[in-house]
Amino acid sequence: MIELRGITFTPPDSSEHVLKDVDLTVEEGELLLVSGPTGSGKSTLLGVLAGLVPRFSGGVLEGDLMLDGASIVRTPPRERAGIIGYVGQDPVAGFVTDTVEEELAYGMEQLGLPPATMRRRVEETLDLLGIAELRQRSLRTLSGGQQQRVAIGSVLTTHPRVVVLDEPTSALDPTAAEDVLATITRLVHDLGTSVVLAEHRLERVVPFADRIALLVGDGSVAVGDPGDVLEDSPVVPPLVELGRELGWSPLPLTVRDARRKARALGYPVNRVSLNLSGNATPERCRKSLRSSGLTVTRGRTPVLHDVSIDLPAGRVTALMGRNGSGKSTLLWTLQGTQKRLAGSVDVGGKDPAILDPEERRTLVGLLPQTAADLLYLETVAEECDAGGPRTREILDSLVPGIPDDQHPRDLSEGQRLALALALILSADPPIVLLDEPTRGLDYAAKHALAAILRDLTDAGKAVLVATHDVEFVAEAADDVVVLADGEVVSAGDVRSVTAESPAFAPQVSKVFGPGWLSVREVVEAVGEG
Amino acid sequence: MSTLVREAAVARLPRDLHPVAWWVWAIGLAAYASFTTNPLLLLLLVGVAAVVVAARRGEQPWARAFRLYVGLALFIVATRVLFRVLLGAVPGHVLVDLPEIPLPEWVLGIRLLGPLTREALLAGLYDGMRLGVIVICVGAANALANPKRLLRSLPPALYEIGTAVVVAVTVLPQLAESVQRVRAAQRLRAGATGRVKRLRRFLVPVLEDALERSMALAAGMDTRGYGRTAGVPVATRRVTSALMLVSLVGLCAGVYAVLDGTTPGWLAASMLVLGVGAAAVGLRLAGRRVTRTVYRPDRWRWPEVVVALSGVLVAAAGWWVARDQVPVAFPGVSAAPEVTLTALAGVLVGLVPAVAAPVPSSSLVPEEAVA
Repeated sequence: MIELRGITFTPPDSSEHVLKDVDLTVEEGELLLVSGPTGSGKSTLLGVLAGLVPRFSGGVLEGDLMLDGASIVRTPPRERAGIIGYVGQDPVAGFVTDTVEEELAYGMEQLGLPPATMRRRVEETLDLLGIAELRQRSLRTLSGGQQQRVAIGSVLTTHPRVVVLDEPTSALDPTAAEDVLATITRLVHDLGTSVVLAEHRLERVVPFADRIALLVGDGSVAVGDPGDVLEDSPVVPPLVELGRELGWSPLPLTVRDARRKARALGYPVNRVSLNLSGNATPERCRKSLRSSGLTVTRGRTPVLHDVSIDLPAGRVTALMGRNGSGKSTLLWTLQGTQKRLAGSVDVGGKDPAILDPEERRTLVGLLPQTAADLLYLETVAEECDAGGPRTREILDSLVPGIPDDQHPRDLSEGQRLALALALILSADPPIVLLDEPTRGLDYAAKHALAAILRDLTDAGKAVLVATHDVEFVAEAADDVVVLADGEVVSAGDVRSVTAESPAFAPQVSKVFGPGWLSVREVVEAVGEG
Repeated sequence: MSTLVREAAVARLPRDLHPVAWWVWAIGLAAYASFTTNPLLLLLLVGVAAVVVAARRGEQPWARAFRLYVGLALFIVATRVLFRVLLGAVPGHVLVDLPEIPLPEWVLGIRLLGPLTREALLAGLYDGMRLGVIVICVGAANALANPKRLLRSLPPALYEIGTAVVVAVTVLPQLAESVQRVRAAQRLRAGATGRVKRLRRFLVPVLEDALERSMALAAGMDTRGYGRTAGVPVATRRVTSALMLVSLVGLCAGVYAVLDGTTPGWLAASMLVLGVGAAAVGLRLAGRRVTRTVYRPDRWRWPEVVVALSGVLVAAAGWWVARDQVPVAFPGVSAAPEVTLTALAGVLVGLVPAVAAPVPSSSLVPEEAVA
């Protein structure tokens, strides 16, 4: 239906092709997953479909884009609106109106549909997405998952033939992500809409994909069935990694597949019981940070209610919970910037809340959600100079080989994160807090981040990471604290917490039972058995 | 007959009244206020506006703005009176005998302080009240009608401007949020502490963020069809441009002629009519280019007519009182102001919307807790 023919894209001020001679056909009613490492051109490919590249990005686009045999490569995005629906990475940034109903109608108003049709389609879409009770709500008061569903709904009302989604679940907690993905599969099944979707966290979307377009990084693209493409893809979900390690063929794509396979092949994994208490009980560790009874209110609504959390030295603690459950607020409260109504924080006998910013930095380091907020200079070298004498040294130990003269904005997601982290670590705080650092990172960057955190804890620091990424938690964390509605609902060793709540269980533990966390563990156990 | 009654009742079921109707009503009250300095009538106008707002405002954030406008009005009155005290010099009954501050010769005609008279105080009060009441009327319109919905009622040709205004209004709170975030983030790292460099430290991320957001919004709007236009023949486009030019020239000349007393009246009137007429036709033609439709358009039914008419009547009454009952409209400061039945009745017509307008729909839906 939609066909890319020899698409080549060269970004402005560059001679390297991000996309090179890409041929791709999007078929009627399929879910096409676009995957690949960070910076391999996933967003660019989606932008070409929507018409935003090169119109909004600059650069040179060659090749042709055909819709039912007619070229639309020169058609501006607004003229493609009725055929191709596009939802960007941050749904909130794309909202034009302020209530759910008006937002759903906006696209139809632009197309000039008659009011009766608009009325009907708004109702249909509200039901399709299961958000009928939100119709009058202001868009700002919705949760992340609801906002994402409204954003998808707002392009659906024009009845597009293709819906293009750029990382629709990257900012969402596991449950909200499942809701959004259920909505997307419903589109494909019930309406026959084609969906083109880019996503980093393959474990979430691979089970739903009909085909995968894999961008390897050199501009070329490999398209095919998920099983075939993932055979030798540089980015794979843990299940596929497991299948590869154990030599399974075909590769398991869903947890159900893998479970049946493991049982059929008679792996003794279920009988291997791991020591659930973990390698070191937290009680024995020295506490770097103690806090108790933390209560924070916004207006009259409590954001945190009587939260007590201790961070042991030398351990990584993961902070999990729904969007809006108070994770960021807790980090800022521990750091001291957020004023608390009650409770105490104690870092080596001092309370960061009553210190000035300079002293605070030497006690608690916090990497905020948007790491770019920290950066303001033109080159990496200038940033390092401004950050303090040891910043460059730290940066090189985190991610070696970032050139001095590069602009911080041009760094990859992972490099920029490392730069911001280096700026914070230059004050050498014993406590390091990170707010959603895994957003936008591919598997390789996440492994690198996990290694960095491990180095920090080996140096005796206490680390607290707020994240939605269960696979990252399984890999990097020692302990988990789960927040819900501003209260701690479970806390403890990562194995016991993931064993208790299936929503936070990584894929491996879904296959082999509670207690198993990583592919490596399983492979080792199988090797021994 | 009974179907008519039923239809009339349907129009009064809870719904949001057309914003233009509220604005016509509010402008009517403001016009009355501008025609008089009688404090009793002005207070009555405030009362009327307050009663209608209390009876018919919704639960949305803008509905709470009325109190702000009342505060602003009080501030205006206070400043006006203060200036009268400072630059007094109205002969009459002395209340407080303040010493006059001597000024050099060259500031002729200006006196600082000096004996404070009752007349000076009253003149300042009346004057300030007139301005204050006009402000309150605007506040009432803002509290009753969603400002964004008002923009949706613009003629199609002005739609783009309306959208730009709406977007600007939405972006402001986002900018404030971004400022707060960056300020907190910059405190987390070491860096320049000099005055200029600190400003840069803070401005660069905020501006980058704002730019990124606007690009994302522009991309979002474009992919959803904003700015689609229908093909219009070249001839029509030329006619539209010509009409717009004529209307601009006509309006400029007309306004100049009205303000400049020496120009003959017929010239002023004819230029104004020409300008307005050309603008109307031009907008109509330009609107053909726009293909968009409106979801759930605000409909103009009898309550709208009644509300708007009440505003027009109030304004007419004000104009009539100012012309035929000069002592009532502009009472002297030496005696207690008087009112007549017609002047009072004229103001009270403004109360009609408190009953005639339907209850706003939002007052039935309790606003859910902000997440």
